[in-house]
Amino acid sequence: MKEAPKKYMNPYLAGFFLGFVLLTTIYVTGRGLGASGAIKSFVVQTVETVAPQHAATTDYYITQKQNNPDGPLKSWLVFEVIGVIIGAFLSAVVSNRVTVKIEKGPGVKNGVRIAAAIFGGALFGFGSQLARGCTSGAALSGMAVMSFGGIITMMAIFGMAYAMAWFFRKLWINKVN
Amino acid sequence: MGPLVPDIISNEFNFIIAIIVGMGFGFALEQAGFGSTRKLVGLFYGYDFTVLKVFFTAGVTAMVGITALNHLELLDVDIIFINPTFLWAAIIGGVIMGGGFIIGGFCPGTSVVAAASGKIDGWAFVFGAGLGIFAFVEGYPLIKDLMVAENLGDLLVFEMMGISREAFALIMVFVATGAFIGVTIIENKVNNRATRWLKSDITKYSIGIGIAVVIVLTTMITPTRAELMNQRIDEKLASGECHPQLMEEDKLAYELMHQYYQFNVIDVRSAEEYKKFHIPTAINIPLEELHKAENISLIVQNIKTNVFYGASFEQAQRACLVSKYHGKADNYALNSTADEFNSNFFMLSDVQPDNKLDNETYIFRKEAAQKLKEIGEAVANLNKPVIKKAKRVQGGCS
Repeated sequence: MKEAPKKYMNPYLAGFFLGFVLLTTIYVTGRGLGASGAIKSFVVQTVETVAPQHAATTDYYITQKQNNPDGPLKSWLVFEVIGVIIGAFLSAVVSNRVTVKIEKGPGVKNGVRIAAAIFGGALFGFGSQLARGCTSGAALSGMAVMSFGGIITMMAIFGMAYAMAWFFRKLWINKVN
Repeated sequence: MGPLVPDIISNEFNFIIAIIVGMGFGFALEQAGFGSTRKLVGLFYGYDFTVLKVFFTAGVTAMVGITALNHLELLDVDIIFINPTFLWAAIIGGVIMGGGFIIGGFCPGTSVVAAASGKIDGWAFVFGAGLGIFAFVEGYPLIKDLMVAENLGDLLVFEMMGISREAFALIMVFVATGAFIGVTIIENKVNNRATRWLKSDITKYSIGIGIAVVIVLTTMITPTRAELMNQRIDEKLASGECHPQLMEEDKLAYELMHQYYQFNVIDVRSAEEYKKFHIPTAINIPLEELHKAENISLIVQNIKTNVFYGASFEQAQRACLVSKYHGKADNYALNSTADEFNSNFFMLSDVQPDNKLDNETYIFRKEAAQKLKEIGEAVANLNKPVIKKAKRVQGGCS
């Protein structure tokens, strides 16, 4: 009935394709790709809608409003991430990979996985604002334009993840098949 | 030429571009397997190095591409967005993100990809990222100082290492190749597979790496268009076959007094020197920037005659040759320097010195100085040179 999911693309080919997209982006727009900035736009929009009073009196939101007079959602990264959602969905559809499920390490409870994803997401979100970009905006795009800060951030991300891997092994490889 | 935004593509249309490149980005990430959290964290446990392979290939591809486009003068690397380096924020932010990566199993971009393909854990991560950003925004007053500490500006890594852009790109190609070989061996060990190097694979990948190396080497060996131009001009100067037409300072003063609108006087010194003194009606284009596209359009035109002058006659002569190289035939080099012109016209003493100048010249120059000043002031307002300065693009994730 349902076809089996297709194999993933050769990583080097996928990488070349990704690099080509990044290069085109920089050539056309002068800036790289990103992701966390769009989530920030949604956060700012949510606060402005839910608590307009608070947004009007807090410096950070005021600065955001000045930088984006048309509203936080009219930003380049929001449109780019809309594209990411479309592109990823199309790719998953053509490769039979659209399934509603929770992916996790062997033997991990669903509740634990979701809690870890939310907590990890919160750390990543916080860190991305501090470092002015995430894996896409700072590490990948920064590496492409040879930014020192971008490459430092990239090494910090992967270095820390390796350093912590042993402590969180139960989330991922607890029971080896 | 590039970047095409905002001069060739408008800022509004840029949003459409954002959707299109976003689709490419999302498609590439999903195809690579970045929608799967287990594939992503495989990197940290050694069972799947897809992330490193994709990430490095992408970074090096873009890097080599930018190096090549820069060399061909198709992309102005001075105005593309360079992630600024705030050292502490970059390191601490990265460390926090690393923790988030191993606990949450995604990064923001990949969590969006996972969410789009139906993974509930992807949605959870996106939601969590929203919470983290909210915490950051609300706590911003406390973090502000850390955010801006140790600002190193738009620092480029190859400048830091004291090597050229091209050399760094070449090093990265080899580093990436080495890493790919290394992780393939580790990956097979962890998964208890034998490492076999298939001949067809080796050929395939060697071609890819070879192309990257050849592109970078070509940019190192071949001169840029500007270098080529300077080389040609040097050859002509050395052989002495090319003399620009000369214009005497009195002749220029006379022409400017009577028909300044027929002359395009160009000061090729630096902006500071120009600010201190310049011949009235002159515009300023420093010699090193003369060959740039936006300046060429100012000097290659059919209406006015170009008159170049600089801090030395050689500068004016060279500027003439640059203009000629780009196809403008009607060029003059002023026979005297900016300083000479200044002292001969504008710094004349009130009484005629005995033997230096004949009376006629003295009176003419006095008059000319007065008249040129008036013309200069009159045209300064309606005829300001259009200052077209490309602004650095804003980007990044914050």
